[in-house]
Amino acid sequence: MVTETTTLKKKDFQSDQEVRWCPGCGDYAILSAVQAVFPELGIPKENFVIVSGIGCSSRFPYYMNTYGFHTIHGRAPAVATGLKLTRPELSVWVVTGDGDGLSIGGNHLIHTLRRNVGLKILMFNNRIYGLTKGQYSPTSEVGKRTKSSPVGSLDAPFSPLSVALGAGATFVARSVDVFQPHLKATLKRAAEHEGTAFVEIYQNCNIFNDKAFSYVSDKEARSEDVVYIENGEPLLFGREKNKGLRLSDGEFEVVTLGEGGVTAEDCLKWDEARKNPALAFQLAQLDGGDFPTALGVLRCVDAPNYEQGVISQIRSEEESHGDATLQDLLYSGDTWEVG
Amino acid sequence: MSTETKEKDTQAKAAPTVESVDDVVVRFAGDSGDGMQLTGTQFTSTSALVGNDLATLPEFPAEIRAPQGTLAGVSAFQVRIADYDIHTPGDAPDCLVAMNPAALKKSIGDLKQNGVLIVNTDEFHDRNLKKAGYEVNPLEDDSLAAYRVHKADITTMTFRALDEMDLDSKAKNRSRNMFALGMVYYLFSRPIETTIEWLNQKFAKKADIAEANIKVLKAGWNFCEITQQFQVRYEIEPAKLQAGVYRNIMGNSALSIGLVAASRRSGLPLFLGSYPITPASDILHELAGYKSFGVSTFQAEDEIAAVSSAIGAAFGGALAVTTTSGPGLALKSEAINLALMTELPLIVCNIQRGGPSTGLPTKTEQADLLQVMFGRNSDSPVPVVAASSPSDCFFAALEAVRLATQYMVPVVLLSDGYIANGSEPWRLPEIESLPDLRVEFRTEKEGFTPYMRNPETLARAWAIPGTPGLEHRVGGLEKEDVTGNVSYDPANHDHMVRLRADKVRRIANDIPPVEVVGSESGKVLVLGWGSTLGAITGAVNEARSKGLDVSRAHLKHLNPFPKNLGDVLRRFEKIIVPEMNLGQLTMLIRAEYLVDAQVFSKIEGKPFGRQEILERIEQTLEG
Repeated sequence: MVTETTTLKKKDFQSDQEVRWCPGCGDYAILSAVQAVFPELGIPKENFVIVSGIGCSSRFPYYMNTYGFHTIHGRAPAVATGLKLTRPELSVWVVTGDGDGLSIGGNHLIHTLRRNVGLKILMFNNRIYGLTKGQYSPTSEVGKRTKSSPVGSLDAPFSPLSVALGAGATFVARSVDVFQPHLKATLKRAAEHEGTAFVEIYQNCNIFNDKAFSYVSDKEARSEDVVYIENGEPLLFGREKNKGLRLSDGEFEVVTLGEGGVTAEDCLKWDEARKNPALAFQLAQLDGGDFPTALGVLRCVDAPNYEQGVISQIRSEEESHGDATLQDLLYSGDTWEVG
Repeated sequence: MSTETKEKDTQAKAAPTVESVDDVVVRFAGDSGDGMQLTGTQFTSTSALVGNDLATLPEFPAEIRAPQGTLAGVSAFQVRIADYDIHTPGDAPDCLVAMNPAALKKSIGDLKQNGVLIVNTDEFHDRNLKKAGYEVNPLEDDSLAAYRVHKADITTMTFRALDEMDLDSKAKNRSRNMFALGMVYYLFSRPIETTIEWLNQKFAKKADIAEANIKVLKAGWNFCEITQQFQVRYEIEPAKLQAGVYRNIMGNSALSIGLVAASRRSGLPLFLGSYPITPASDILHELAGYKSFGVSTFQAEDEIAAVSSAIGAAFGGALAVTTTSGPGLALKSEAINLALMTELPLIVCNIQRGGPSTGLPTKTEQADLLQVMFGRNSDSPVPVVAASSPSDCFFAALEAVRLATQYMVPVVLLSDGYIANGSEPWRLPEIESLPDLRVEFRTEKEGFTPYMRNPETLARAWAIPGTPGLEHRVGGLEKEDVTGNVSYDPANHDHMVRLRADKVRRIANDIPPVEVVGSESGKVLVLGWGSTLGAITGAVNEARSKGLDVSRAHLKHLNPFPKNLGDVLRRFEKIIVPEMNLGQLTMLIRAEYLVDAQVFSKIEGKPFGRQEILERIEQTLEG
């Protein structure tokens, strides 16, 4: 059943369907990154499955020449969970958006994360509803003027990574649609994780919310205002790597190396495997304003994997009652015979 | 006749005569904490092993622990045992056990004239009488004169029996239901050994509890024997049932076993995605215990995740099931249409309960028929199969699986609270007689397209992830036939809507015709579906034995209907449709066949009795 995986190329993952996102949409870049990463994972093509919900991002499966399931709004994690429990050998990727994953499907997302099902969840966050033509989303900033909030939205936004961490996610990362090398590296890390891997991808919607992430993706910003997390290294940023994040009284503060005797040693050394997710939560909250935005893997810890647990319970029960037949089951309990 | 005899007089009394009866209905009623379900179940198991035919009707409050002693807290279990083939748990009890005033108040109106009433006098104190709304103690006025009342200080005698045991009073008090059971065993000449064995097993690790219960059980029996409580004892001979091996089975249990059997017969691993809901939860519980049969149960975060996970499992090649009741089904509607659109096999079990909204969670109703037929957006027909008795749930499960996998379609299986929790003796089938449900996944690359079809069944091929060369996408958007590509083409949409309907309609070629019991034509036909089978059978049998011109027919398949149904209906002058709803099958029948079917509704959260259907038949014949 296994095909030759070493010969797989990016084009093997491109489907024959015409891609119908708006010209200039960030989704194209993400699609390209995923198609580039899949051949490098050493997984047979027929073992990839992409499961999506509803929204612009959720058209993703149609453009991938793999098994795919375009499900209903918000339910992709639940559909993917059933698939993964049935077929643990498959590499199951969930593609969702901020509306699909955090609004209508928020419940499924948090429960998938707490169970640690072996799914890779890519959340394309564009902070807007695109497919329904431009209403504010659960990640839109307060005061956002949209068709459904003409004088500004009142809802406080979710930070997707904070939600994931709060739900007990074992792998949490963030990247940006146009940061191709960073995005590909992040996707590979996600693929390697045994449990649920949650990746938030900042994605520009050039029609309804253009430049929402320019504070991260602009040429100047990407070198000045982004902390690229490297595990085991201090949190430094800036073109000259001369700025850093230091913990002071339990809060992050921005420091400049050399000022007041501050050295890189004073900045927080990042440990993605830290058991307590509190620092990751704090880091996830830094997003623009006076602080840099963190990109990369915020958290990656080992934890029991859900489907393995399910299967080992079944195997152990099968072993202890290995010869149980249908006959035994039917004729169990108190039976009596009528002549 | 009342037996208020003082102990000293009892020696003078004569030993009771033993009377043989062909059928008897017993109801155990008490507070939620009195263990009435367990008591009733024990009486049932013992009677099953004696060889009686039987039918049970448990009735419990929606609250887990309603305030003690109140009417809301009454839990009851009715069982009918007989020496012949019976179909219902009986309309009215011959014997009522009332463990407190509230239980008496709730049930006394049902007890037959001159019926046996056993009461625990210890509980008839002022506080409990007040809670039950009695101003005068009914044991002390004439209100029970129509019954043969047996007053027993059950609580006092329970404690006395356990005098020498080192147990706290809570534990002692808890075994008083065994005293009542011992009394009823004596009255109906049942052996107590089955229950003793069961107690020893259940409390294997708490030997003192087992011992206490056994002591009290025997004390109840001995009390009757020594005091000659009853002037008459009864015997019920074994029923002349068809030869075979039997077990007593509840509907939810039969359904669970049916799904496991379908898994074995199809070669597909069973996956259940479910969210707890009354009265369906027991299926989740039971299947969770069948891991040794490769069964995977997933307790999802909500009803939607439950059905969605099952759809994912079906995509992966599992025998996928979700179980629920009406409110949960409402939440699953959108996902059921996803299974319909992606043409994946899915079994949706709806164990109906009283509604709408939260309704009557622990009471029965069959009012979700139109919901499963039409409660989804757009034209979205799905096959519907209904179980008609506890043991029929087993066969209904196999049939639902057969249709789902052969036609690649979601199938709804309807059961209800009455048969889900009711029980009956079940003659176990031979494994070889069960249908062959083997399915083949598509593996051939050559010529494969996702929506290519079997020309006969119109089923698309089931190609599961992991199969090289068959990579394809499915989803809720309209698909072009054959290729499975997303399509907004008007002609294709028209074609696909008709095709999905046609696929379900063609199932009519693959199901047995509806059978008429009685004359093939005549004045009155009683048409039923689901759990009304027992009451209808009893009523029609009785009417026919009186020489009335009435026949009956019962539907297992509600969508599509059997092909001969229209012909059958037109051969009768009048059609009565007893339903626990306002006329849902009636509406479907009238719309489909333009016949003047008349509903006979009962929407009380209780199953039909035989008598009321019989009366309706008589009225219809007169009118």
